[in-house]
Amino acid sequence: MDFLQPSSWDEALAVRAERPDALPIAGGTDVMVELNFDRRRPGALLDLTRVGELQEWSIDDGTVRLGAGVPYGRVITELGDRLPGLAMAARTVGSPQIRVRGTVGGNLGSASPAGDAHPPLLAAGAEVEVASAARGTRRIPVAEFFTGVKRNALEPDELIAAVHVRTARGPQQFCKVGTRNAMVIAVSAFALALHPDRQAVGTGIGSAAPTPRRAAEAEEFLAGELDWAGRAALPESLAQAFGERVAAAAAPIDDVRGTAAYRRHSLAVLARRAATWAWDDLRRAA
Amino acid sequence: MTTAQTAARTTGRIGENAQRPDGTLKVTGEFAYASDLWHDDMVWGVTLRSPHPHARIRRIDVTEALTVPGVSAVLTADDVPGENAFGLEHADQPVLAAEFVRYEGEPVALVAADHPETARRAAARIRVDYEVLPALTDARRALDDDAPLVHPGGNLVRHLRLRRGAERPTAPVVVSLDFEVGMQDQAFLGPESGLAVPAEDGGVDLYVATQWLHVDQRQICLALGMPPEKVRLTLAGVGGAFGGREDLSVHVHACLLALRTGRPVKMSYGREESFHGHVHRHPATMTYEFGAECDGTLVYARAHVLLDGGAYASSTAAVVGNAGTLGLGPYRFPSVAVDAYGVFTHNPPCGAMRGFGCVQAAFAHEALMDELAAAVGVDPVEIRRRNGVQEGDRNITGQVIDSAAPVAELLQRVADLPLPPALPEQPDLRDLPGAVGNTTHGEGVRRGVGYSVTYKNVGFSEGFDDYSTARVRLQVTGGEAVATVHTAAAEVGQGLVTVQQQIARTELGVEQVVVVPADTAVGSAGSTSASRQTYVTGGAVKAACEAVRTAVLQRAAIALGRPVAGLALDGDKVVGAGGEVLAGLADVLGDDAVEETVEWRHRPTHAVDPETGQGDAHVQFAFSAHRAVVDVDTELGLVKVVALDTAQDVGKAINPDAVVGQIHGGSAQGMGLALMEEVVVTDGHVRNPSFTDYLLPTVLDVPPMRVEVLEYADPHAPYGVRGVGEPPTISSGPAVAAAVRAACGKPLRRVPIRPEHITCT
Ligand SMILES: Cc1cc2nc3c(=O)[nH]c(=O)nc-3n(C[C@H](O)[C@H](O)[C@H](O)COP(=O)(O)OP(=O)(O)OC[C@H]3O[C@@H](n4cnc5c(N)ncnc54)[C@H](O)[C@@H]3O)c2cc1C
Repeated sequence: MDFLQPSSWDEALAVRAERPDALPIAGGTDVMVELNFDRRRPGALLDLTRVGELQEWSIDDGTVRLGAGVPYGRVITELGDRLPGLAMAARTVGSPQIRVRGTVGGNLGSASPAGDAHPPLLAAGAEVEVASAARGTRRIPVAEFFTGVKRNALEPDELIAAVHVRTARGPQQFCKVGTRNAMVIAVSAFALALHPDRQAVGTGIGSAAPTPRRAAEAEEFLAGELDWAGRAALPESLAQAFGERVAAAAAPIDDVRGTAAYRRHSLAVLARRAATWAWDDLRRAA
Repeated sequence: MTTAQTAARTTGRIGENAQRPDGTLKVTGEFAYASDLWHDDMVWGVTLRSPHPHARIRRIDVTEALTVPGVSAVLTADDVPGENAFGLEHADQPVLAAEFVRYEGEPVALVAADHPETARRAAARIRVDYEVLPALTDARRALDDDAPLVHPGGNLVRHLRLRRGAERPTAPVVVSLDFEVGMQDQAFLGPESGLAVPAEDGGVDLYVATQWLHVDQRQICLALGMPPEKVRLTLAGVGGAFGGREDLSVHVHACLLALRTGRPVKMSYGREESFHGHVHRHPATMTYEFGAECDGTLVYARAHVLLDGGAYASSTAAVVGNAGTLGLGPYRFPSVAVDAYGVFTHNPPCGAMRGFGCVQAAFAHEALMDELAAAVGVDPVEIRRRNGVQEGDRNITGQVIDSAAPVAELLQRVADLPLPPALPEQPDLRDLPGAVGNTTHGEGVRRGVGYSVTYKNVGFSEGFDDYSTARVRLQVTGGEAVATVHTAAAEVGQGLVTVQQQIARTELGVEQVVVVPADTAVGSAGSTSASRQTYVTGGAVKAACEAVRTAVLQRAAIALGRPVAGLALDGDKVVGAGGEVLAGLADVLGDDAVEETVEWRHRPTHAVDPETGQGDAHVQFAFSAHRAVVDVDTELGLVKVVALDTAQDVGKAINPDAVVGQIHGGSAQGMGLALMEEVVVTDGHVRNPSFTDYLLPTVLDVPPMRVEVLEYADPHAPYGVRGVGEPPTISSGPAVAAAVRAACGKPLRRVPIRPEHITCT
């Protein structure tokens, strides 16, 4: 197996185009597991950790451009205030060791329905920036990025460059249920973002459908019902109804980690609680 | 007048927190585990395993595998020179499957190659033509007339029938329940590993991580068709065991490949293979009924316990023995009817795991004690205190408990410990169920407290000839007195090496004690299981040291012209009654070494009566109690264990720190079974053979623990010791389960308790 180590983005894209059998590797926290379990035998590994451009983030016009190679640990310490939902999700990923290595780009690359970065990116309406040597750069709304179980919209010659996320204009929440209290793959997860500037609500559901997905109908429902102007307390019944709509948007299965019924049930609870917390935060901020 | 110099007392004796000789190496990562074994000429062995729970092997074609460059051998059942069978109690398990495979993961063929990856690729090219057969995967069906037979002799491994007291007892208060326990894995951190080196005499030297070298040797000899002197075993660094290394894994396979290739062969499982490569804790289905007086005094018990033994016997019969003879807990029952069954299925084989049959039963009897408490309106501590056995009582097999049985005191101790404070107004997420998963800020959270008290036999039971052998030598080298202790007892992390040193220091008054590697050059030490090594190998080391001491003092008596009676050994010297130095050891021994080998047995135990289950089956009982405090998010079914406090009688704490360490670890393991640890098996297939989905408690799941150690010496045991390792694993889980029930008000008749059980979704 070849180990390819480009040192610039252009070189990385060129190698990607030349070697369709090469598997990109960033933090390696998914790739190495696949190799160790003998689930994959790529012809080559394309190491992206020497591509400086991927390790940076910047902020422009209220939007963070987060390089694909920025690990969770840095998202937590450097972006906790601007991207609170993503940082909350990052805090739940694996163990400290995994958070030092694992990246948001790698999470998108794996496109697991249980990837924890996905729900907050969906809730925030993020866009994934991908590029190829042949066709240059394009942007994919994150909701269109996930195309199936562990499949994404990348073309074979493309790499993920970055993800663009608007800085939070309102409270964000991320909740993840697992059967132990740390180092656990989500049984279900839910992200919520309130966008008071647009009087809109964003959501993201994890581990409860073939792909991470939004609960679009629930978003519209809640946005329509919330008292944006008066900021009156969120009625329990409204939170409840929102939770039920979020649960209805899921399409979960039974597996070793949990039952479909529990996943739906827990999403309803998480969405209800998250909406209450976020709205209370907004009222307090006012 | 001469002032007699007093010898400095030897330190690091029993009762002190002596340092482990392997401690620094382990924490600095330098300790060589079995997976670190290396030989410059070695090749790698891998195992091809069955993908089916039950199938007939029509044909195995290895030709393609043999053509892979780098492959030096491919072996199947035809290549087993001796008997193609092994097993702890019954040799019913093929070394390599011949006609049938009986569980998913059963070894079918072996490959040796110059690189493990090459060996795996070659193994993938072995063509096995399977005729898939219907599999028996529901233990409850195993004894039905129309159930598929796992072995020609039928699907029953053992039925233990226990009857005592009235035949048809009645009582004013009757409580009953059904309970189910899932399959737990030992999940030791160091997967199976070994290195077999072919020897010039045509035999083989095997370095392997195991629990009992001599029982391994016996089985390997049978399969290789070789006498014991040709099959020599040395213990390699063991990364945990918990019963999972009692059965053979790589042993015969590595030897077969080494003898065939003439090269040293290393075999090392990955985590997934490890899940298939050792036995698990038996899943149990249980029905219990207790009858009691209106004040809660127990009148009778009826219990039906069914253990799924999987495809091969392993130690199922002995586990049934424990589940039956100890399966009602440490309570007084005038009348008893227990039927415990172990059956064959096409599920993964089950066998020894820490707690050995008592763990499963404890969940049922402790849940039912809580039911009884509720039914008669007394609290859970009181109901147990009222019914708990005391020293001098007979247990349910009619055996008199002839040393401390402090059931009531242990309960009182844990009940008296301070309770953890309530959650603050704005708790840290890490202190809440779900932790940083941010699933609650206090909503839906209710606290529950649960109690449990259990007991376990120490040592091998039911008439087994349970002994250990120790060879101790005392010598002065380079001016320094050194005691050397040689046994075949497996140090698996529990601290036996330290215990051996402490005993030798105590008995010989010598600071320098070297525990040489365990191997088969000395007699059997028995198994590192059943909480028995400190008792039995400790007893053997003590006896051998005493023999050495006697010999040394006799020499000293002659040299000094004094009677032996007033002499002792301390501070590397021969001392008098007042500790005054009389001679250096060098003066007495010169260049001679004094060496003694002793085979040591505990009091015999006896088989139980086949009709009534009555008899003195056990040599010693160890008691422990737990109190668990949990916070449960009742809406999401998530649990945070807030406190897990315990009291245990250890007879005598040879190494107090190590004792507490055992209790911490055992408590965590029992808690793991209550809340998350389960090998999920569907239709005979293991669905979670990895640490991604076989969940073990993390630091955020295991609370700080208060441990109360009681030392009521057992007059029949060396130094009064009582086995320590297993009791905490038995009583912690039921306490946690009880606390969760108390918090959420649900019956929860299955462990591990999953979130969907609490939320009923
Ligand atoms: C012990 C452990 C615990 C874990 N816990 C969690 C958890 O709690 N939550 C969670 O979501 N995940 C978890 N994971 C999975 C993993 O850590 C995450 O998915 C992580 O985000 C992967 O990032 P990485 O940089 O390590 O990716 P890698 O393993 O390097 O790559 C992952 C995939 O993305 C592709 N890829 C990487 N970078 C790019 C790029 N720039 N362009 C195109 N493709 C790319 C790779 O080819 C590969 O297919 C855990 C993993 C382990 C081992």
